[in-house]
Amino acid sequence: MTRYIFRRVGQSALVMLVMSVVIYALIGLMPGDPLDIMIASNPGATPEVVAKLRQLYGLDQPLMVRYWHWLTSALSGDLGFSRVHSAPVLEILRPALLQSCKLMLGSFALSVVLAFSLGIIAARRPGGIVDGLIGLIAFAGISVPVFWLALMMILIFAVNLHWLPASGISNVGDGGLRDQLVHLIMPVVTLGFATTGGFIRYVRASMIEVLRMDHVRTARAKGAGEGRVVLIHAFRNALIPVVTIMALSFGTLFNGALLTETMFAQPGMGKMIYDSILGNDFNLALTGLLFATGVTLLSNLAADLAYGWLDPRITLQ
Amino acid sequence: MSGSRTEAAIGPWMLRWRRFRRNRAGMAALLVLVALVLFVLAAFPMQIWGGMNADATDLFARFDPPDAAHWLGRDEAGRDVLLRLMVGGQISLLVGLLGTAVGGAFGVLIGICAGYFGGKIDALLMRFTDGMIALPLLPLVIVMGAIDLTKIGFSRDFAHSGAVGFWRIVVVIAIVDWTAIARLVRAATMALKERDFVRSARASGAGAGYTMASHILPNIATPVIVAFTLTVGRVILLESTLSFLGFGIVPPTPSWGNMLSNAQDMVINAPALAVYPGLLILITVIAVNFLGDGLQSAFDPRAER
Amino acid sequence: MSDLFSLDNVSVQFKVGRKILRAVDRVSLAIAEGETLALVGESGSGKSTLGNVVAGLQVPTEGTLAFKGRKLDRASWPVARRAIQIVFQDPFGALDPRMPVSDIIAEPLRIQGTANAAERAARAAELIEQVGLPVDALNRYPHEFSGGQRQRIAIARALAPRPQLIVADEPLSALDVSIQSQVLNLMKDLQAAHSLSYLFISHDLAVVNHLVDRIAVLYLGRLVEVGPRAELFAGPAHPYTRALLASVPRIGARRSRGRAIVGEMPSPLAPPPGCVFHPRCPLAQDICRTEVPMLAPLAARAGEAACHFRDQVA
Repeated sequence: MTRYIFRRVGQSALVMLVMSVVIYALIGLMPGDPLDIMIASNPGATPEVVAKLRQLYGLDQPLMVRYWHWLTSALSGDLGFSRVHSAPVLEILRPALLQSCKLMLGSFALSVVLAFSLGIIAARRPGGIVDGLIGLIAFAGISVPVFWLALMMILIFAVNLHWLPASGISNVGDGGLRDQLVHLIMPVVTLGFATTGGFIRYVRASMIEVLRMDHVRTARAKGAGEGRVVLIHAFRNALIPVVTIMALSFGTLFNGALLTETMFAQPGMGKMIYDSILGNDFNLALTGLLFATGVTLLSNLAADLAYGWLDPRITLQ
Repeated sequence: MSGSRTEAAIGPWMLRWRRFRRNRAGMAALLVLVALVLFVLAAFPMQIWGGMNADATDLFARFDPPDAAHWLGRDEAGRDVLLRLMVGGQISLLVGLLGTAVGGAFGVLIGICAGYFGGKIDALLMRFTDGMIALPLLPLVIVMGAIDLTKIGFSRDFAHSGAVGFWRIVVVIAIVDWTAIARLVRAATMALKERDFVRSARASGAGAGYTMASHILPNIATPVIVAFTLTVGRVILLESTLSFLGFGIVPPTPSWGNMLSNAQDMVINAPALAVYPGLLILITVIAVNFLGDGLQSAFDPRAER
Repeated sequence: MSDLFSLDNVSVQFKVGRKILRAVDRVSLAIAEGETLALVGESGSGKSTLGNVVAGLQVPTEGTLAFKGRKLDRASWPVARRAIQIVFQDPFGALDPRMPVSDIIAEPLRIQGTANAAERAARAAELIEQVGLPVDALNRYPHEFSGGQRQRIAIARALAPRPQLIVADEPLSALDVSIQSQVLNLMKDLQAAHSLSYLFISHDLAVVNHLVDRIAVLYLGRLVEVGPRAELFAGPAHPYTRALLASVPRIGARRSRGRAIVGEMPSPLAPPPGCVFHPRCPLAQDICRTEVPMLAPLAARAGEAACHFRDQVA
């Protein structure tokens, strides 16, 4: 087991390193470079000055040399300076991360609650009308374009009904807890609904399987009430695989968060990455992408280790 | 087999089609998809015989309400909304199919090689796949969509041509959406290569290429078809998302995604423009998912023998 | 009779975790032309692995193989392959469910590229009749057939490239008893018609008695006894063979020819030292626990056995 953990951690570290090269190279291929932007805002720059600046910033060096410079300074804690925000990258990262955590935790909680209640109801009579309806809801969640759902929510609840604010995290001059929560409602519901579709299907399938198992049928035969059978005997057993799969879905949640934050103008990680790519903010984009990769890798690693711990046979493979 | 000798031989595909026909949701989804395809193809007669043009602007008819000639009205540039929905649908569906075909073919190739050869090749390919799965999909796709092709040696004209814009998105999507199929194919191949019919082919001297083409591919066809179907839904969603964010199909070429991008800015004045394309995406992807689900249950090995 | 296929000192080892499993351990054996040799042993004795070696599905870790006196290597295997075919135990797994029967039967010809489409179709039609199935079976798919019928199809397929040796890996054990004898008789008839050799792998000595000329007994990957069928049945030289025979119910014979086998077969990952059979052997002495007995000719009759007391058991 220890060997397995070491191997998996080592693999993840290697993937992270490889990805940092790939992402660094990709970012370098985005339109423009830091100098183009400087030159654009300074029409008086002569080609000689440009060449000099290029040399000064090390932009004339080969890709791997520049990558090596970036890596060594990144590892020593210097992630560079954000051009758009005019601040060190790390300072921008922290509040964005906090904001994303609020959104993602809220949506995750909502989608889990929805998935368990709807999934269990659907599993009680597979093939029935209720099951069909819940299936439709689940497929709608999987199939809906998140940005469009957000747009429709804004159209209905902000533009037409004026119930909820369309964007931002708080009103100017307010910013109290209630105000912040009100601003979170639409993003959380949007992301939660889009995430729950897949979860409902997992819960339903897992519950149907467990309800067929012998110990559940025994409990029924013993005359345990239906509610008790479903909740105590079946639910507990259906829980483990479903929760692991849910924990693994971090990547999907993150993709959804990028869109939701962008649509509702919430200053989280997703919007930060999107804005930095749009605004040619290379250092910020690079750090944001690598951070997202790292977190996805970590959640996959955690899920793998959890599987290995729950089911020792898996590690043998 | 006794008693059935007089009947014509029934191939496995016929049996599956019969089972699928009994799946009401799957059949409904298939009909919806057929209707959608007819809908987007209806753009051709409208353009050829109706004399309409999806790009023809009329700034005196901006946001005109629906009338007899323009059933869904006109958009912010006075273009016919219905026709643009049809043409945009062609692009969206085509990207969905091509992205799936290219990415899926790559996934099948990776999966079948990993599963068949095993050992070091398998370990290498699967580490590659795992690494791919661990990536933050959407931000990465955005970066790839934003890449400046002139920086990797293409000419400016080439990089900004419409065809390149279209194929770029197909390639970008194919690069990221092959892992699920690769894993599926690998697992199925590993199980198949130990089956006796594969071993007896090997005992007769069959090489890897022959075995893969004649035994493995036909036997993994059903799960792969299901996976391809579900992938089409994902790819259509991804295309719409990218085009919406401005990194996919670039206007004036319409796609359901970039039509929404325009509509977003006018959601207060012309909410209908934001409703139609999204609704079409939703209907398409739901139908594709139901179709995949129906195929899956029709192809369920437990129902076969 | 000259040797058609011979194995010399063949071992097959698998890595299981960090341990080494000796599935086949230094086996030397020969199959003569037109002969039926039975390979008998319990499950885990390595008999299927040895069958795979002969069929070219498993490369031996050590030792050499020869076909018609010619050593088999990368260059000569492809030629030998045409003359060696295999029939598997499970008739449900041996036929590709996606192929019509005509393609299944003609597949070896297609792989070897020795016949065009018309020739293959003609050969498939010829073979399907030889194995006693109607010609219209050719257009059907495997799922439409019963186990016995599928095994007939598998045999037809094995005959397609006119082989000289067929490895039959427990071809009957998945079939109903009433079907077993039909398939067995079919195999006998085909042998006479095509002058075939069979390597017949079985755990059931009763089945073997009807078909074979010689018997090789395998235990824990080692060859413990080889001999002509009649002599071996009449006077088994190895205590293991004797025990195996004792477990065969036979009409008109006294039941107890010796004690049945006691205990379980040890794990092939940790074979016992000395004679591998000693923990279960009623005759085991000190020497059996330390020294490995070599396969050697018997004094009293034709045959060989690997037992320190081979001439005293019978």
